[in-house]
Amino acid sequence: MSNIGSYEERRKSFDWKEAERELGYPENGNHNIAWYCVDRHCEKGRGGKTALIWEGHAGEEKRFTFDDLRLHTNAFAARFRELGVEPGERICLFMDKIPELYFSFLGGLKMGGIVQPLFSAFGEDSLITRLEDAETRAIVTTKKHVRKVRRILDRLPHLQHILVVDADGFALKDRETAFDYEKAPPVETFPAHAVTPESPSVLHYTSGTTGKPKGALHVHGSLVSQYITTKWVLDLQDDDIYWCTADPGWVTGTSYGIIGPWSNGCTQLVLDSGFGSARWYEFMQKHRATVWYSAPTAIRLLMRDGTELVQKHDLSSLRHLASVGEPLNAEAVVWSKEAFGKEFHDTYWQTETGCMVLCNYPGLPVKPGSMGKPFPGIEAGVVDPKNHEPVKQGTVGLIALRPGWPSMFRAYWNNEKTYNEKFQNGWYICGDRASIDEDGYYWFVGRDDDVINTGGHLVGPFEIESALIEHEAVAESAAVGKPDKVNMEVVKAFVALKPGFEPNDDTELSIMNFIRKKLSPLAMPQEIEFVPSLPKTRSGKILRRMLRAKEWGEEIGDTSTLEDD
Amino acid sequence: MAEMEETILQYVKDEYLEEDDDMEVDNDTPLISSGIVDSFSMVSLKTFLEKKYKIQIPDAKATPEAFDSVHKIAALVREHQNQ
Repeated sequence: MSNIGSYEERRKSFDWKEAERELGYPENGNHNIAWYCVDRHCEKGRGGKTALIWEGHAGEEKRFTFDDLRLHTNAFAARFRELGVEPGERICLFMDKIPELYFSFLGGLKMGGIVQPLFSAFGEDSLITRLEDAETRAIVTTKKHVRKVRRILDRLPHLQHILVVDADGFALKDRETAFDYEKAPPVETFPAHAVTPESPSVLHYTSGTTGKPKGALHVHGSLVSQYITTKWVLDLQDDDIYWCTADPGWVTGTSYGIIGPWSNGCTQLVLDSGFGSARWYEFMQKHRATVWYSAPTAIRLLMRDGTELVQKHDLSSLRHLASVGEPLNAEAVVWSKEAFGKEFHDTYWQTETGCMVLCNYPGLPVKPGSMGKPFPGIEAGVVDPKNHEPVKQGTVGLIALRPGWPSMFRAYWNNEKTYNEKFQNGWYICGDRASIDEDGYYWFVGRDDDVINTGGHLVGPFEIESALIEHEAVAESAAVGKPDKVNMEVVKAFVALKPGFEPNDDTELSIMNFIRKKLSPLAMPQEIEFVPSLPKTRSGKILRRMLRAKEWGEEIGDTSTLEDD
Repeated sequence: MAEMEETILQYVKDEYLEEDDDMEVDNDTPLISSGIVDSFSMVSLKTFLEKKYKIQIPDAKATPEAFDSVHKIAALVREHQNQ
């Protein structure tokens, strides 16, 4: 029997209070996420249960119980406090998926900090943008990544503390201190900082079409949504061995790679290794993974390597599969049934929603290619892009959600105007187009803006274009998403060169590497098309949408009437 | 060390490691699984190989496994040089 039981029954009777009751949420008291994910289990006598099985790329393995988690998160919390980091100040986490990432995330929350995880492959420009905006006070990193921080430090006056967690034998510089949780004196007791459900907790940056990335601010009360969606959609049960493949630099990696599973008291797996089909199968086989939450890009890469490779491994422990990031194509769902004997259950949500909002559920028939149905506590709809009124069934419109679920973001950091613009006619507008079929299933159509969804990560064209024109050869540029079999979209750049530069392989490679280092590998154009000039509106604005339409084989329309959009 | 391996190894060190990184990388060091080169960055590495060795590597052959060490990459390049 699945945790959710009957979806229809749950939908009729749902109340978020039910999740609060299960969590033992007090009317007045402390609502600190870290306590619910760690200390609560220890106080209930479950501290000896394995919380984390971690494996590095070379196969090294570490195991941690909930009691270990308690001590190590205490140690980080105490260290932040010793440094003088105040509750409410931002603590950035900038490292690979090593155990310290998980301990410092919960340690930061435990001492009342606002935790700001960032993807470790970010380049200097991506880092500066996010650390400047958040006025981040401390950063936890490793010697592998600290060099990037050093190069931008003079532009970050608020960043006072750089904790290097593997500094053994490494020469530290200005504002840097070493912190090794294994060598630090044990901190047996660290009372979680008292917070309310509305106290800020996590700050995740996400890209938009224009302007700089926006920091979506979450609160400790998000736990309620993350706990119950993990329980019902991922169906986590006490004896499960759960693997979420996401990096905590992105929201999936924190909502469902830390908070969801550990608030449910589950054992989870972490593999700190680049993608490799055989490696993934070996990892799941070795640890007898039972529930697997991954991404369409990875699933399509696994598909490419075929079912024969799957069959060489014993994956009989797997009992439930789910996916998130971008729409999961029907072929991948059908293939997973053939390869694993189980269908991947697609889920839809965003950085801003904090939890899954449209899902396929255990026990509910999967329609391959559909995003599923609204989570029981979520009122969703598809609305007209102009008047934001619900459209007729089968008509394409914008996905919209009624505000009020616990994990809804509470602000864009320093950007109230953009936050307010996301709410129209009483709905939160997600920015994605979809339709609803006769059975209430949602079907993704596309984004409503120019943001590029590559491998499940959003990349803003403005960020890429701003970086491109800093390259010595680039006069002007436009970045768009182009279709890709594996990543759904990849970045393509149209570039007009300055006089004296040749449109050849050398220039292309130089531009690619320039963006990769400056922003991130995700933002690096996978293709560059050199053009004499770019199409523009009468007022001189680059017609990015026209270039995108060409890539997708869509109608461009009558360009003579195009105005600025 | 063969010249091709040497060239590829130097390119990987120059482009994918930090300037003062003391990490030791040789022809057998895992590149993809260790995170030195991620799957998105493989495209720029592939572009470098195609340009340098005047070959075309089909996307289907540019897998994480085929790019996981300098030795494996060199073998892939040689395979396409001989076609």
